[in-house]
Amino acid sequence: MTTTSVARPRRRARRTAVAWLFLAPFAVVFLVYTAIPTVAALGFSLTDLRGTDLKHPFAVDFTGLDNFVRLFQDDSFLRDILNTALFVAVGVPLTMAIGFALAVALNSGIRRLRGTFRTLFFAPVVTNVVAVALIWQYAFYADGTVNRGLDAVGLAGPNWLDDPNLAMPVVILLGVWRNFGTAMVLFLAGLQAIPDDVYEAASLDGAGKWRQLRHITLPLLLPTTLMVSVLLTVFYLQVFDEPYLLTDGGPLGSTESVALYTYHQFGAGEFGMSSAASFVMLVLVALVSLVQFRLLRPRT
Amino acid sequence: MTALAALRNTSTTTDLLAPRRRPVARPLLYGALVLCALLTTLPFFWVLSGSLRSLDEIRSDPGAWLPHHVTFDNFLRLFRTEGFGQFMVNSVVVAAIVVAGNIVAASAAGYALAKLDFAGKRLAFGAVMAAMMVPFTAVFVTQFVITVDLGLADTLTGIALPGVAMPLSVFIMRQYAMSIPDELLEAARIDGAGEFRIFFRIFLPLSGPAVATITIMSFLASWNNFIWPLIVAQSMDTYTLPVGLAATSQAAANVKDYGLLLAGAIVVMLPVLLLFLFLQRYFVQGISGTGMR
Repeated sequence: MTTTSVARPRRRARRTAVAWLFLAPFAVVFLVYTAIPTVAALGFSLTDLRGTDLKHPFAVDFTGLDNFVRLFQDDSFLRDILNTALFVAVGVPLTMAIGFALAVALNSGIRRLRGTFRTLFFAPVVTNVVAVALIWQYAFYADGTVNRGLDAVGLAGPNWLDDPNLAMPVVILLGVWRNFGTAMVLFLAGLQAIPDDVYEAASLDGAGKWRQLRHITLPLLLPTTLMVSVLLTVFYLQVFDEPYLLTDGGPLGSTESVALYTYHQFGAGEFGMSSAASFVMLVLVALVSLVQFRLLRPRT
Repeated sequence: MTALAALRNTSTTTDLLAPRRRPVARPLLYGALVLCALLTTLPFFWVLSGSLRSLDEIRSDPGAWLPHHVTFDNFLRLFRTEGFGQFMVNSVVVAAIVVAGNIVAASAAGYALAKLDFAGKRLAFGAVMAAMMVPFTAVFVTQFVITVDLGLADTLTGIALPGVAMPLSVFIMRQYAMSIPDELLEAARIDGAGEFRIFFRIFLPLSGPAVATITIMSFLASWNNFIWPLIVAQSMDTYTLPVGLAATSQAAANVKDYGLLLAGAIVVMLPVLLLFLFLQRYFVQGISGTGMR
């Protein structure tokens, strides 16, 4: 013991150096593309940086909280926050309900085709969003297949994506279609972690399927449910691809999300404003993540 | 350990509960599942059937379900479309860089975080977890500025680089490395093997399943990535498939050339869907890996 105590600090330093060598490739990319950009985004949000200033990013004016003041006076930004909230409020429960129902169905004693069903339900998750959005546009335009289906049953279909009241439901539908498979897989994993004995005991005591669902499955699945809801909330808070590709935020801004606002400001060369809006997003996501940690900590 | 128990449990659940089920429930359950599966896969079926129809047919009868006359004309036109071959090459090159980078960076980092004891370990792991939570939209402006400063704007390297070190890959590798017994590595250390030797000779050969998972996850992320290439690629020379498809779609929509668009959609979706059909177990593992810590 005493002989090694001298050698120990040096050995530990060597070990640390070796470990950091292993970490280096990840650490470098992480620093350049995550750590520095996060800090810099906050810095940018306090300046009037424009796309045309890119050559001299440090020569721009420090404008303090001006961007944030402008942001919260901008009706279109407030509207986009509401749109995003609507996306989360409708998308998250819908995605979870479908994912949960399918997970329970797949876990409830069917054996044949179980893997096939799981594969089919998960396929939208891996599908390219640009390709799917094209199909969605093609389906929902005035003479598209959806309206022809409605026509067949005697209904006149609207021009979905050009109607400020109808565009959002279509955009949300695409989001739900792309994500319920993720929810399903996570719920399946959660369901499979519940020990059988619990169900056996319950059914010996005469508890029916519904009571088992209510008194065993739902309570024991609570950690999974929380995790899925946080994951989806964070995901839908950042929704970009669907509204960008289907409607580019239109008609009349009815489907513009906060992320899309950020992108549009960026496209207009308003880097300072864009960073401020993205910082609001960062705070929202951080808040949700914090809630997740609070809710999940005691259990894990 | 829990995963293993979970696997065992499901099979016994099925055995125990199946006989007790009321006879009417099972056909109902299958009926509902088939209906859901049809609704889910409708868009796939439909894009395929659309891509196999001639332009005239699509124009005269835009919403029909099946082609009256199957033709591959749309695909032939697609590959003759200017730039499309280039978009494909670009997508493949970017995906190759991203996948290779992830394998190197994540396996090394995962090994260090799980198996080495060093100063700053908690900080490093905290950074990985935090990085998973930073929304892309919060950093893309600064990422873009950095990419411009590095002289990587409008280059394939610039498109690939941010995806080279996915925190999710590190997390998956670390979780996997935790399950490899320390005794194995300790024995090699006692025999005088250095950390690099242990990493290459013992850890990597044992990590097949985890490497497969991160390969698929990072390929998927790169192949389907849309917004970042959209920002960095500024000329047709660096467009990836999704960006090229989106650009083509704007042009094609004006002339209502839906055949071309649907064929393009098939070409973009197909590699991932085929890969997915063969390797879906790893896809699913990667997804549940995010949550099941």
